[in-house]
Amino acid sequence: MASLVGSRVERKEDKRFLTGKGRYTADINLVNQTYAIFVRSPHARASIKKINIDKALKSPGVVSILTGKEIADDKIGGLIAGWAIRSEDGTEMKCPGNPPLAKDNVNFVGDPVAVVIAESLAEAKEAAEKVEVDYKVLKAVTSTADAMNGDTIHEGIDKNLCFDWLLGDRQKVKEAFDKADKVISIDIINNRLIPNAMEPRACVADYNAASEEITLYTTSQNPHLSRLIMSAFGNVAPEHKLRVVAPDVGGGFGSKINVYNEDIVCSWAAKKINRAIKWVAERSESFLTDIHGRDHVTHAELAVTKDGKFLGFKNETIANLGAYARVFGTVTPTYLFGPCATGVYEIPAAYTNVKAVYTNTAPVDAYRGAGRPEATYTIERLVEKASMELGIDKTELRIKNFPTAFPFKQTLVHTVDSGDYVAGMEKAKQMADYKGFEARRKESEAKGKLRGIGVTSYFEACGIAPSAAVMSLGCGVGLWESAEVRFNPTGQVTVYTGSHSHGQSHQTTFAQIAADELGVPIENIDIVHGDTDKGTFGMGTYGSRSLAVGGIAIVNACKKIVEKGKRVTAKMLEANPEDVEFKDGEFIVSKSNKKKTIGEVAFACYLPGVRDEMKSPLPEGDEPGLKETSFYDPSNFSFPAGTHIAEVEIDPETGHVKLEKYTACDDFGRIINPMVVEGQVHGGLAQGIGQALYENAEYDETGQLMTGSYMDYTMPRADNFPEFNIGYTCTHATTNPLGVKGCGEAGAIAAPPTVMNAVIDALGGQEVTMPATAEKVWKACKNLKKSNAKAA
Amino acid sequence: MKDFNYHSAKDSKEASKLASSSSAFLAGGMTTIPSMKLGLATYKDLIDIKNIKKLSGIKVSGKSVTIGAATKHVEVSNSKDVKKAIPSLSSLAEGIGDPQVRNRGTIGGSIANNDPSADYPSACIALNATIHTNERKIEAAKFFKGMFETALKKGELIEAIEFQIPEKSSYQKHPNPASRYAIVGVYVAKHKGDVNVAVTGAKSCVYNDKEMSKALSGNFSSSSIDGMDLDSSEMNSDMHASADFRASLVVTQAKKAVDAC
Ligand SMILES: Cc1cc2nc3c(=O)[nH]c(=O)nc-3n(C[C@H](O)[C@H](O)[C@H](O)COP(=O)(O)OP(=O)(O)OC[C@H]3O[C@@H](n4cnc5c(N)ncnc54)[C@H](O)[C@@H]3O)c2cc1C
Repeated sequence: MASLVGSRVERKEDKRFLTGKGRYTADINLVNQTYAIFVRSPHARASIKKINIDKALKSPGVVSILTGKEIADDKIGGLIAGWAIRSEDGTEMKCPGNPPLAKDNVNFVGDPVAVVIAESLAEAKEAAEKVEVDYKVLKAVTSTADAMNGDTIHEGIDKNLCFDWLLGDRQKVKEAFDKADKVISIDIINNRLIPNAMEPRACVADYNAASEEITLYTTSQNPHLSRLIMSAFGNVAPEHKLRVVAPDVGGGFGSKINVYNEDIVCSWAAKKINRAIKWVAERSESFLTDIHGRDHVTHAELAVTKDGKFLGFKNETIANLGAYARVFGTVTPTYLFGPCATGVYEIPAAYTNVKAVYTNTAPVDAYRGAGRPEATYTIERLVEKASMELGIDKTELRIKNFPTAFPFKQTLVHTVDSGDYVAGMEKAKQMADYKGFEARRKESEAKGKLRGIGVTSYFEACGIAPSAAVMSLGCGVGLWESAEVRFNPTGQVTVYTGSHSHGQSHQTTFAQIAADELGVPIENIDIVHGDTDKGTFGMGTYGSRSLAVGGIAIVNACKKIVEKGKRVTAKMLEANPEDVEFKDGEFIVSKSNKKKTIGEVAFACYLPGVRDEMKSPLPEGDEPGLKETSFYDPSNFSFPAGTHIAEVEIDPETGHVKLEKYTACDDFGRIINPMVVEGQVHGGLAQGIGQALYENAEYDETGQLMTGSYMDYTMPRADNFPEFNIGYTCTHATTNPLGVKGCGEAGAIAAPPTVMNAVIDALGGQEVTMPATAEKVWKACKNLKKSNAKAA
Repeated sequence: MKDFNYHSAKDSKEASKLASSSSAFLAGGMTTIPSMKLGLATYKDLIDIKNIKKLSGIKVSGKSVTIGAATKHVEVSNSKDVKKAIPSLSSLAEGIGDPQVRNRGTIGGSIANNDPSADYPSACIALNATIHTNERKIEAAKFFKGMFETALKKGELIEAIEFQIPEKSSYQKHPNPASRYAIVGVYVAKHKGDVNVAVTGAKSCVYNDKEMSKALSGNFSSSSIDGMDLDSSEMNSDMHASADFRASLVVTQAKKAVDAC
């Protein structure tokens, strides 16, 4: 049987999705359901003086109106930060309470203050307009850079500072800088982004008064984790009385990791009114209340020798948490950011200092790449600048500082098990025709255009897992993953995974893995996920961990099945278990022609007897049935890496940046399905290029979101991109049996600096901030013209 | 969205009879429906005009192209007749919004709405259009009054737009990257006697740039407007483009249009 791992198996989920048969949360309608509309704060910061619901209660069709008071009276808990980060001075981070419905204060535009539940959506909307909230409007804090000087948002949190965190050794860094020939420094902004999943958030909550069980259908990347948080912190129901189902989910990009206000409120309210409640976000609500991403202000420095050896690195960053600290809000700008900020380089001394601040804006949390795009942008903009200032070719300067031996002990935290960064660089250069660039630059010049080339070499730490490691860094849970493999008596297989697919094609790739492990045709394998009633537990999908953690759990569970199969075969064929080999779905007794197929073995496990004979095929100690579970906790993160090269052409008269070429050469370890990986790379690149050239979430000084619709928030479209030129190098991860690393975030991590380095190269080294919009680039072109004229 | 009454008019007469101070005509609905959904507009009555046969279709005569008000953008962009007579008009229609918008939005709705960054108003000005309503004919120069404001009276229905076929013309838009409306769009049309330079997106309402028209009427070459320093004091300024950038874009897009003619 040919191995399926490594081949372009067509996606099993496509039939469903392409024929409109997907089943998303908004498609779920329950008998006798009601509709919820949330009354949200129109102000970025205010105290609530009074809420009057009298008029609204009289509105037709209203079933119930609940506010922060009721939720507090019922002792329903608030939203939480999942990671406890400690400041440099040893103090614990400071987090404000974040009730699901605000009671005393609202802290960003969109913060919910009441829920209106009615018989129809239209009635709920109409009634919601009649809820009168009397606010005392307070001065909002919106700027990341100035947040520490603003009014105190949350009582007792001085300077709006959640923590002031340090990773690394300031003294060592100082010594390194003292020895440097040159210090390259840079001030950069990592622009705030809005994730914009295609499917807006939604939930349907149901309560069964007889079993006292709440069922919540919700758009989640991690239903088990949501249940745990809602139960342990939200006090909504004990875990065994709370079922969370995340059916088809139309994209998450991190924005659906969090348990949101609406999940808690609808679950709690469904029990209160003893009716099902449905809520579906409108796009405007998604803009305002989905978690946002990025939003850093950074000053960084690189100490170098004159021949281009890196000696030391400093990174001083202010990270905006928004109004509240949420599940990955505090780890994203710290442990997911700091360690990767030294990039793929050997830098003997380094530190990253992050001040995380609260502002009156939507909460900021993990968004595709989470911390690693910010890290990569910091170091790769700095390295590009160093290449300009030192006059050393940008690819040579990078190669000069690459590690040469693996495992590579990276400066701050990670030990990278495998990689070959030089090979990646050489291949990328070839794919991009790096040598031919100067000729292309001249051609552009002849047309009156400016052309630039940009390079990024990155590594990232994903497959986010090792429980002992993450818990030592402050994570509130272990980040293993579980899988359960069940054989039916007639030989088909159902695989339950704790990972969640919301665009990642698990139904296909996971089935490929199981098919290879078990020798069962892929058609006979189903992947089940997204329901806390099915499968033991799951930590969910984010941080490119599904394959490197969840996939390995499947492998391990399959291996246990095979082990039992060997024992059963041995008993059935009267052989020694040690003499039974398993290959392509058959258990073969070595040096004999005796064998059993895995289907026969499964059958025997479920029907352990023979007519007219008192005889069991099961060895002593083995129970009937064929089902195995694995909880896999890896020994390390996984470390994809690669080099990307972009070329842009700029029209100096309009400032228009055209992305002419984009080359991505990545090392993702072993690739299970190249077609799926291409899809992931394309999506990541689109989001990364979007950050560099198009996307920007902007608040005005009163805290109103200026980019609250697609009329003003630029989502990149297909015609913004060239054909992507994608290639791979491959070194297997040594820390997991499949040798896989993870590919979901690489594009979003590498693309922003790659594109910006190209833009800035075209502009003769002038800095522009992301997104490089026409007007910014037009201004830089004018400056360039002036300075060129002066020089001439 | 608040409840409303839906009417489908069979002819212009019925449509205008149904109109009141709390009604709107429903053409493509691409502006009306989203504004109602967002609560920015509420109407008691929506009067659908798409079933009025007379309002759809394209006619070309020797001197002009006449387009029915309820003709969709996609029909204008795909029309062989328009492509032949005024290619720039068909490419303007092709550059509006996205396929969904072009499959529903209409030329009448676009000019009745008179969004300061809409594309069609510039075509009307540059191509000396006449707006035919159920009551009268209005010259384009007198039709566009100000931001979202036209010469239309309540209940007055646009039936068709008649464009004068120019010798040469080109429309060049610098789109807003998000909405793809014009940050600045310049429609240059060379007619027998004179040259029109219609500008959309730059100010609160579409206008004919007299200074550039004059320069180009003298010498129809981009060099005659190169480096022109336009007064930006009345230009729009928002997070997508400052007034100075817009002023510069007006000249740049006009030059591109002349070069493309
Ligand atoms: C996402 C998006 C992108 C867009 N991008 C662009 C763009 O790039 N460039 C651009 O120019 N436009 C753009 N538009 C606008 C679009 O082109 C529509 O043409 C415009 O919204 C109005 O046309 P409609 O037929 O949809 O009118 P409707 O929404 O049906 O009506 C709009 C108004 O016009 C009135 N009206 C309609 N027909 C008549 C008539 N015959 N007589 C009198 N009054 C009438 C109605 O009463 C109403 O007040 C965009 C719209 C959207 C939603």
